[in-house]
Amino acid sequence: MTAGTLTLVSGESGRGHIRLAAAGVWTAENAGAIEPLIEAATRPIPSLKSISIDTANIERLDSFGAWLLERALRTWRDRECEANIVGLKDDYRGLFEKVHAATQKLPPPPKKRNSIVATLDSVGRTMVAVFDDLVLLAQMVGSVMTAFGRVLLHPSRFRFTSMVNHLERVGWHALPIILLITVLIGAILAQQGIFHFRKFGADIYVVDMVGVLVLRELGVLIVCIMIAGRSGSSYTAELGAMKMREEVDALRTMGFDPVEVLILPRILAIVIAVPILTLFGSLAALYGGGLVAWLYGGIAPEVFLSRLREAISMQTFEVGMLKAPFMALVIGVVACVEGLQVQGSAESLGERTTNSVVKSIFLVIVLDGFFAMFFASIGL
Amino acid sequence: MANAREPVIQVRDLVVELKSNRILNGVTLDVYRGEILGFVGASGAGKSVLTRTIVGLLPKVEGTIEVFGTNLDGLDEDQRRDIERRWGILFQQGALFSSLTVGQNVEFPMLEYLDISPKLMTEMAITKLEMVGLKPEVYRKYPSELSGGMIKRVALARALALDPEILFLDEPTSGLDPISAHEFDQLILTLQRTSQMAIFMVTHDLDSLYATCDRIAVLLDGKIGVTGNIDTMLASEQPWLKAYFHGARARVGQHGKQ
Ligand SMILES: Nc1ncnc2c1ncn2[C@@H]1O[C@H](COP(=O)(O)OP(=O)(O)OP(=O)(O)O)[C@@H](O)[C@H]1O
Ligand SMILES: [Mg+2]
Repeated sequence: MTAGTLTLVSGESGRGHIRLAAAGVWTAENAGAIEPLIEAATRPIPSLKSISIDTANIERLDSFGAWLLERALRTWRDRECEANIVGLKDDYRGLFEKVHAATQKLPPPPKKRNSIVATLDSVGRTMVAVFDDLVLLAQMVGSVMTAFGRVLLHPSRFRFTSMVNHLERVGWHALPIILLITVLIGAILAQQGIFHFRKFGADIYVVDMVGVLVLRELGVLIVCIMIAGRSGSSYTAELGAMKMREEVDALRTMGFDPVEVLILPRILAIVIAVPILTLFGSLAALYGGGLVAWLYGGIAPEVFLSRLREAISMQTFEVGMLKAPFMALVIGVVACVEGLQVQGSAESLGERTTNSVVKSIFLVIVLDGFFAMFFASIGL
Repeated sequence: MANAREPVIQVRDLVVELKSNRILNGVTLDVYRGEILGFVGASGAGKSVLTRTIVGLLPKVEGTIEVFGTNLDGLDEDQRRDIERRWGILFQQGALFSSLTVGQNVEFPMLEYLDISPKLMTEMAITKLEMVGLKPEVYRKYPSELSGGMIKRVALARALALDPEILFLDEPTSGLDPISAHEFDQLILTLQRTSQMAIFMVTHDLDSLYATCDRIAVLLDGKIGVTGNIDTMLASEQPWLKAYFHGARARVGQHGKQ
């Protein structure tokens, strides 16, 4: 089969009439080759009064070919030249009519503004968005609190099963990876400490450093960062997908409060799980530190333990543990707020999930800073 | 034009299991060039599963599937692309790409398979959109801004983007108002007449079956129970078919296919 052709059969521009003949296969595959022919044929010819295209020899025509013919006709007609096609097979008539009926009236694209205005605009929008975010977070904390209050008044309304399910996923399933990472962090910390403290003959202080650092700061931070990446992101993705498929709207129309049904169990689960994980994570980090101190630094386990008892107090441990539920709340709330802001597209789901992880890690660290100031000012 | 009885799809003894449930149990079916095959069966009978298996989205346990005379097993990537370029699929839920505009959705297959100018591509996308009864304005909208019926139409426009030789339609008229559904039927008929397209249409819409289908195949208990034209269906004594075509919602003796 030959590709589509368009040839001049007869015509003198002087007499004002041209006759073209189209032949071959006028389909999508050949459209790229046919378009230049159409463009060549529609170059302006002054004094052209009428033109006709003979289509009897077209072997195959699809909507691409039909549109290209139609485009040529429209170009000529716009120049007030009579244009028509002759010899169109009956089979193709319906297709041609369909294409002919298309108005092609695409509204012009929205105008682009100049780049300075656009930059300022986007900076402004970002600032507003940051502010809106804070408002949304506060609102979410508020509605979670009211939902919690309602549930306390009517305990039978609490989705206990759902919470246990989330607790399993956020807590139990996260335990192995949390233990592994915190053991490693403790070990690295001890190794670095011993390596540098040895120069001053102060090896033993490594125990103080590991103990205080792990219990006050690192244990809870590492756990929170892991949980933000692991569970915060999955909260956002789950809620976002439910939002996309109108499941959240369905709940609302059935008279359920999505905050009570979907969000409260998730947030409670994370608030319960993070302190427990922090406890185990801190213990694992101490274990890792102790192991390295023994094998690499030659500090015997008994020495390590007795030094640890002197270096840290119950308060050190409490400071770390006290922070855990608040940080967990931040992660949970950010994840849920982001999830509920997902719009219709898959892209927005991905963007929100990224935002959820980035924002919650950022806020956890900011919160840690505030806690540091707070504890310093009350002398802990 | 090629022989009117040239089969474009030949399915032989197809067995499909999902999660060790046998959904299709020996389906044998031919679809011929230029015909509209209506495919009916109870909800959950496996119509969508059969469609998805033919186009290679679900694995089969046994049987062969030939499309354009080529067995789909053991094709290399290029051969498969050649075949995929020649069919268009309208999914039951539309399956538009949510992060692309309507225009980009329709242009997506063109961009992949055709070497044409951006101007022509835009014109073709708009032509297809107008062919399925949409206004050119939707070109810049996103799928989440469309109504259910509009999503169906955009999905059809995308399925038609490359002027396919086989068109799979999974419940194309569900969710359309009766006028649009009628226009849809007319569009399908035009497409079939003008381009000798084979159309494999899963539908529950009796009006569509009457108005468009040359042949109807019925999926019963994982097999093709009966095939034939609408008169065969109406005359059948098979209990499910009787209930289907003579039930409360059926209007027997309606307009046949013109
Ligand atoms: N991914 C899957 N995993 C397991 N089972 C499935 C899966 N998809 C479908 N099924 C089962 O296969 C059967 C056939 O489903 P299918 O979607 O093909 O029905 P259908 O005939 O298209 O129905 P409808 O007319 O309602 O669209 C159903 O019983 C369904 O539960
Ligand atoms: Mg289905």
